[in-house]
Amino acid sequence: MHTTTNINNSKGLDIDCIREDFPILNTTVHGKPLIYFDNAATTQKPRSVIETIDNYYTNMNSNIHRGVHYLSQISTDAYEKARTKIKEFINAPSTKEIIFTRGTTESINLVAHSYGMKFFNDGDEIIISAMEHHSNIVPWQLLKTYKNINIKVIPIDDDGNLVIDNFESMFTERTKFLSLVYVSNSLGTVNPVKELISIAHKHNVPVLIDAAQAVNHIPVDVQDLDCDFLALSGHKMYGPTGIGVLYGKEKYLKAMPPYQGGGDMISKVTFEKTTFNELPYKFEAGTPNIEGVIGLGAAIDYINNIGINAIHEYESGLMEYATKALQTVPGLQIIGNAKEKAGAISFLFENIHPHDVGTFIDFEGIALRTGHHCTQPVMDRYGIPATSRVSFAVYNTKAEIDILVKSLIKIIEVFK
Amino acid sequence: MDSELRELYQQVILDHNKSPRNFRKIEHPDHFAEGYNPLCGDRIDIYVKVENNIITDLSFQGSGCAISKASASLMSSMLKGKSEEEAKEIFNRFHDLVTGHDISAEEIEKLGKLAVLEGVKEFPARVKCASLAWHTLNSALNEDKNVVSTEE
Ligand SMILES: Cc1ncc(COP(=O)(O)O)c(C=O)c1O
Repeated sequence: MHTTTNINNSKGLDIDCIREDFPILNTTVHGKPLIYFDNAATTQKPRSVIETIDNYYTNMNSNIHRGVHYLSQISTDAYEKARTKIKEFINAPSTKEIIFTRGTTESINLVAHSYGMKFFNDGDEIIISAMEHHSNIVPWQLLKTYKNINIKVIPIDDDGNLVIDNFESMFTERTKFLSLVYVSNSLGTVNPVKELISIAHKHNVPVLIDAAQAVNHIPVDVQDLDCDFLALSGHKMYGPTGIGVLYGKEKYLKAMPPYQGGGDMISKVTFEKTTFNELPYKFEAGTPNIEGVIGLGAAIDYINNIGINAIHEYESGLMEYATKALQTVPGLQIIGNAKEKAGAISFLFENIHPHDVGTFIDFEGIALRTGHHCTQPVMDRYGIPATSRVSFAVYNTKAEIDILVKSLIKIIEVFK
Repeated sequence: MDSELRELYQQVILDHNKSPRNFRKIEHPDHFAEGYNPLCGDRIDIYVKVENNIITDLSFQGSGCAISKASASLMSSMLKGKSEEEAKEIFNRFHDLVTGHDISAEEIEKLGKLAVLEGVKEFPARVKCASLAWHTLNSALNEDKNVVSTEE
């Protein structure tokens, strides 16, 4: 089996070696080698993750936290070891603060529901930004069914930066929560979350960070950020789908009621009364996605083996190269020119609809995303229906970007 | 260019995309509806004038991909002078064409220029683009008050 050793030598990353870790990159699409530029939707999986899941079902499968038999013990161990890996990856103080969920979406819903139902009152305000993914808008709106809360929105400027000059004045004594995206999936903007968190804390307002597009591109340290909650998805960081994480400070998680009831989240049940299990199990009702958790652990090992700093540096090079290269394409306009960007570049042509770009480019073997990217308010902000978006992972190359640019120029010819 | 792709983006379609016919608003239409495809953000407004059950004028406005624009443009040219029943009949046949149902050469013949959209059947993701204008027209004629969406 090929393993990624010595990929991080003095000359930088050995991308050819890394590419060999991803079996799907050998696929051809319409007779062309696959160029996968839809990493913000989901990244591809390295062989080590695929084999870990295979090995789980081949050699370990059983339910966790329940049996005293051998298989149950080894699968429970593997599951809890993955929790420790996550804790270390985001530098959380304790594994009690690492809750497994289905993904970023469920993590945010958990907080909106559990924290919001308990601590929000009619007339309270929460703050989000104009570049949130729908998963950080709708859960808060759903709360309005029960609580008459107001949602305030931090605006964005023409370049895709948050407008934070008046940020502090948004806080009133009714402000109860700030929920903010770290890296925008449609604009690529990296928000100054640490600064905004510290301002929120001055007003005793807890903060949730949607790190779905951050954790695979930049080092994330929850203690350094001092965020109170952080949400992420395994499938956007080389792990399986259907698994994600909610990090929460223990003091908040302890005060919050369970999100769902069932097995595993209880310590004692009678028909009169149930005593809830301790953290983190209080928030993990039912049989979890065991292979997902263990697969996510393998994905974190994979990232750690290369090094998140090395990944960040390499991808920054790709972003810079792609930005310059796309700017040479006649009529192409980049949507989002924020001061700091990571992972994704959105663009538009005046006369060619993103949908047509998507279909044409597919025939060049290139997978990119067209549409509103689950950020309709961002599209409305710029008065556009949709964009085309390229988004990168560590296995992408400058040569692939060159092919993209050539293909876009071909499309322009057709629509001339 | 790949042959499947050439089938989809025929010259007629590219022409209608570039200079769509009847791309305008009708003041005081007899029927009007808005269509929306939330997946790609396409929006279309359809305006219809009807006299004695005959479509005397048909126009559209909005933004969309080449397929949806060309389909709306071809539809507007094709249906002027047709009765409402004929329009619905043509829509059914057109729908069969783009979704890859068997339809006879004779029926394709009746669709005239609309037949250039047959290539869509190889692209299931694009069927909604080709049919948005038609669904919207249907709802305009049925006087549904709601905005039409391709997603139920
Ligand atoms: C910024 C951001 N937040 C949240 C999500 C939702 O993630 P998931 O669908 O994995 O729950 C995404 C996924 O596209 C995202 O990009």
